Amino acid sequence: MAGALIRMVTDRRSPSGGLEGSRCSGCSVTVYPADEACPRCGGPAEPAGLSGRGTLWTWTVQRYAPKSPPYRVPAGGFAPFALGYVELAEGVRVAAVLEVDDLDDIRIGMPLTVTGGRGVPRARALDPGEEGS
Amino acid sequence: MSTEVLICGAGRTPFGRTEASGRQLAVAAVNAALADAGIEWSRVRAAFGGSDSAGLADTLVARLGLTGLPFVNVKNGCATGGSALVSAVNAIRSGMADVVLAVGFDKHPRGAFDPRPEDWGLAAEYGSDGLMVTTQFFGMKIQRYMHDHGITPRTLALVAEKAYRNGALTPEAWRREPVTAEDILGSGMVSDPLTRFMFCSPGAGAAALVLCSPEAARRLDARPVALRSAVVRSRRFGSFEVFSPWIPAGELTSVSSDASAAAFEEAGIGPGDVDVCQLQDTESGAEVMHMAECGFCEDGEQEKLIATGATGIGGVLPVNTDGGCIANGEPIGASGLRQVYEVVQQLRGRAGDRQVPGGPRVGFTHVYGAPGVSACTVLSL
Repeated sequence: MAGALIRMVTDRRSPSGGLEGSRCSGCSVTVYPADEACPRCGGPAEPAGLSGRGTLWTWTVQRYAPKSPPYRVPAGGFAPFALGYVELAEGVRVAAVLEVDDLDDIRIGMPLTVTGGRGVPRARALDPGEEGS
Repeated sequence: MSTEVLICGAGRTPFGRTEASGRQLAVAAVNAALADAGIEWSRVRAAFGGSDSAGLADTLVARLGLTGLPFVNVKNGCATGGSALVSAVNAIRSGMADVVLAVGFDKHPRGAFDPRPEDWGLAAEYGSDGLMVTTQFFGMKIQRYMHDHGITPRTLALVAEKAYRNGALTPEAWRREPVTAEDILGSGMVSDPLTRFMFCSPGAGAAALVLCSPEAARRLDARPVALRSAVVRSRRFGSFEVFSPWIPAGELTSVSSDASAAAFEEAGIGPGDVDVCQLQDTESGAEVMHMAECGFCEDGEQEKLIATGATGIGGVLPVNTDGGCIANGEPIGASGLRQVYEVVQQLRGRAGDRQVPGGPRVGFTHVYGAPGVSACTVLSL
């Protein structure tokens, strides 16, 4: 069932849009990004695709440009951006840049979908058409 | 029963920005601690110390004197001072030495720290996409805490207001001008909900302690303070730390809770016995959360405690009487020993304008830092 969900998410987005985490077979700890060993027990962890669906656990806004390097200033120049942790159904809170239209609309508990791909994970509000799909 | 360890000398330099090098500051702090103890450098039988980014402590012997003593470098992030202290305690308890120095110093460039992803085991995109900024972590941790426990932005402002007020009373502090809560709230958002004046800044400074066995202390004139416990802990699974790409769901664990509980257990007393304490206040939110993590109150009680002045110098639990990191800045290697220096002054009744009234007898210090490390001490007369 989890596998079907992963394929669905992956198929609907770009091939790299899924969130590739890993899960320990012993203690069921799920992590992102994928790691070979479980951080709790040290045992082997298996690759696990993550649904990406979750709710916002906490957030902040990066109001000033981080130091470069390592930060790469976007082509259009720096603009404040939101980031946070999205708590997924798999029991893991994943750090992500929050792609929201208005920084004043961010609320703990708001539903978000996290996608992987190039760069760090990105989270955005569910499209109305995707609710419950 | 382990051997008692006594602090017979404590020294610090002014903190802030200076032309002096980190090593020069360290030598000044060591000499101040030696003078406070009333001994010469040649009496010291072992030394432990370090900095995060200002060089190796053992090279200080070139300036202090080439006496041949063992001098161990410690590099343990924000717990550098605490780890040096634990090593000094063990040196005395084991019989390795009867007079031991612990020193911490640092000097950082202006602005936020700029760590490299590869040093933290992270993929490069976490740096290039802007997720490796320490202030983000502090903002996100207190953001969730405020949501869960009803802490308001005004409380965060009151913590910083107290820090600047206490800093104004501390000759060696960096920030010595009082700032009002309104100005703190209006100083510009850095990482929501934390504003500019709620944060400490990386800076320069040094602090040093002379520790003695009871036999060695009896031969000195200095008024000793007992180091009842010194504990360092690293994080357990389930904690929320800086630069984490993920954290597990569920209730958080806290390395500060672990370290403080161990320090109290070793000392044989509890948070309720403490008359004055220094808690890591990298920013206002950290002080609020560490009050609970170290056992001084329940989650959420800070809102009322802080509003009623409980954490002020005249309050029931004075916190960060020298202005803490917010007023002193944060030279990483020196912060932990600055806290101990401050408690030593308070217990000796030598804290001047910032003296806690009523003759405090028990003190507590706590540092916390990346990547999930905490050092705590319990001290008493």
